[in-house]
Amino acid sequence: MAAGKPQVEMPKQPPEERIHNFDEVAQGYTEDMAVGEALRCLACPNPQCVKGCPVDIDIPAFVKLVKEKKFNEAIRKIKEKNALPAICGRVCPQENQCQKLCVLGIRGEPIAIGRIERFAADWEMEHGADNPNPPEKTGGRVAVVGAGPAGLTVAAELAKLGHEVEMFEALHTAGGVLMYGIPQFRLPKEIVQAEVGYVKSFGVELHLNAMIGKLHTVSELFADGFDAVFIGSGAGLPRFLHLPGENLKGVYSANEFLIRTNLMKAYRFPEYDTPITVGDVVAVIGAGNVAMDSARSALRLGAKKVYIIYRRSREEMPARHEEAENAEEEGIDFRLLTNPVRFIGDDRGYMRQVECIRMSLGEPDDSGRRRPIPIEDSEFRIDVDTVVIAIGQTPNPIIQQTTEGLDTTRWNTIVVDEETGRTSIEGVYAGGDVVSGTATVISAMGAGKKAAKAIHEYIMKKG
Amino acid sequence: MYRIKTKRTLTPNVKLFEVEAPDIARKAKPGQFVILRVHEKGERIPITIADADADGGAVTIVFAKVGKTSLLLGELEEGEEILDFLGPLGNPIDVEDYGTILLVGGGVMVGALYYQARALREAGNEVVAVVGARSSDHLIYVDEMKDVSDELHVATDDGSEGYEGLDFLRDLLSERKFDRVFTIGPTSLQKEVSEMTRPYGIPTTVNLFPVMVDGMGMCGACRVTVGGETKFACVDGPDFDGHKVDFDELISRMRYYNPQEKIAMVLCEGEGS
Repeated sequence: MAAGKPQVEMPKQPPEERIHNFDEVAQGYTEDMAVGEALRCLACPNPQCVKGCPVDIDIPAFVKLVKEKKFNEAIRKIKEKNALPAICGRVCPQENQCQKLCVLGIRGEPIAIGRIERFAADWEMEHGADNPNPPEKTGGRVAVVGAGPAGLTVAAELAKLGHEVEMFEALHTAGGVLMYGIPQFRLPKEIVQAEVGYVKSFGVELHLNAMIGKLHTVSELFADGFDAVFIGSGAGLPRFLHLPGENLKGVYSANEFLIRTNLMKAYRFPEYDTPITVGDVVAVIGAGNVAMDSARSALRLGAKKVYIIYRRSREEMPARHEEAENAEEEGIDFRLLTNPVRFIGDDRGYMRQVECIRMSLGEPDDSGRRRPIPIEDSEFRIDVDTVVIAIGQTPNPIIQQTTEGLDTTRWNTIVVDEETGRTSIEGVYAGGDVVSGTATVISAMGAGKKAAKAIHEYIMKKG
Repeated sequence: MYRIKTKRTLTPNVKLFEVEAPDIARKAKPGQFVILRVHEKGERIPITIADADADGGAVTIVFAKVGKTSLLLGELEEGEEILDFLGPLGNPIDVEDYGTILLVGGGVMVGALYYQARALREAGNEVVAVVGARSSDHLIYVDEMKDVSDELHVATDDGSEGYEGLDFLRDLLSERKFDRVFTIGPTSLQKEVSEMTRPYGIPTTVNLFPVMVDGMGMCGACRVTVGGETKFACVDGPDFDGHKVDFDELISRMRYYNPQEKIAMVLCEGEGS
């Protein structure tokens, strides 16, 4: 029976080719592939997959529509719940969400929901989108701070409900981490802008170069007549290791490395003005998705050898399995159970060597992962020209600092009611990485949906 | 888009723009900066704010041609528009009545020094100011600075106008009591001034402008060691205690992209000719 078949593979650029370009690695299903994969769906009477979707997409329904080759209807079905399907189809960790719960996964491979979602979204981009009908206006006005995944979701949801929405984005382009963080070869920026365009098509007004906290404060937004404010300012502040030599020339935060590469397109210097320097040997510290993105970008920027240096073992790596696999295919050298202790430069201040220490794993720590313990006298050095520190980000503090009465944690995340995103200030909601610390695009979108619902109720009640 | 209301050429290499940006003009304070971009493929560069006119809705910037972006910026004419103009970023300087203060500015940053001097004088300070440049034909803002200082000294590297170099400051510092020093300009000048004031223990505020990309705390390119700790000039500064800044590290880091900047500049000038 059909269900016994494995997933339909998605074509990918071969590793030896793709390490020389920034084109998308995963090339997407053809119509036949998408239909073939959709045909594997058992159409369970009690579908589990939906329970794993943070934005409640009616997965069985859209998969059925793809099965029937009703692609336009399929994408309409997805967009009832998700304004950014071409993005989610590419970067959601489906293996931990919808696909994890698929009953086919018990005995074999689950339905490749993400790939089908991506197909439907890409199909629409190719064939032209239906313009959404303008909804009846409620008279409510909402300011959305930050045009990343959380903000875009809130904006789309509230605009669909008839509220007047204005987005305030500090950078020169909308998309947040989708533009500055995730590389072109995983998420083409044209796709991001197309989906931003979809959100704007609901009548959402976008203000770029508008840093809330500096240009306008949250209280000024209320004084300007907004009924509610959503804060989705993300986790944009890079963490450093605070090790000797960290300010040598050639040591980047992953944020800087990726902002230059993705947002500013330094990989096309000098056609684009922003430069980046990558030596022959690059060491990326950390093993999350951002580390994988940095390592794979470094290869494409011309590095001959790229290491991932990580203090725990493969099992504890926070990166998506698929991303680590892609990195490995491309020849990234994983140095696990290894921790840097200092960076050593030459007499002109350029990065030359990283001194590391070997680690072993002890008992589980607070995070539930086994605690890394340095092995005495096991230091060794690796010759390295460029270092990228990818050990996480924390929230940008500017809004927290300039908004009186806004409760925050000691990590500078904003305290909210989890079900509604409501903060300590009436009418102010927050969601995404500024609340959770660094998490995923889809969890930020899930938080955005909840907040949008709560903001809608708040405004309608307020009248 | 941000329209250039006024353009003035101060020296062949230095230009002044009043840029239409009413929201920024309402909020800007001395010591803060903007980040701008001049075309779709352009880089983001920081420029210190040299004045803000809340009523007129304009922000003044004074800049020199040092790289491709500032070259292209300088080629824009009155009435044309700057693509992106973000601000006000960074923390303002602390404007209060310190007593007698010494302000030292050099090069193109004398424009920004003027903005600080005016606010500090209005706050009640007795202002002794020093403006410097490579040579007399590079001096800017001398008359404006006269208007906002009680005493103005001019210095040039080659002695073509006023004092030759900054050595005279040593005498000034030994003869007079200053309650506070503010300096802005080339990093080497800020370092020199900080070293001169250190023996007297005069609190000295510097205004640093390392390499920046986003200018809002995201990239960490602008990290500076201050008192042994890593700080981000964009969000923790750009003003810092000059006696605690590791200037040698800063100067070294500022040169990191020099080779690329030269390539971009040469290619750009090649296109223009």
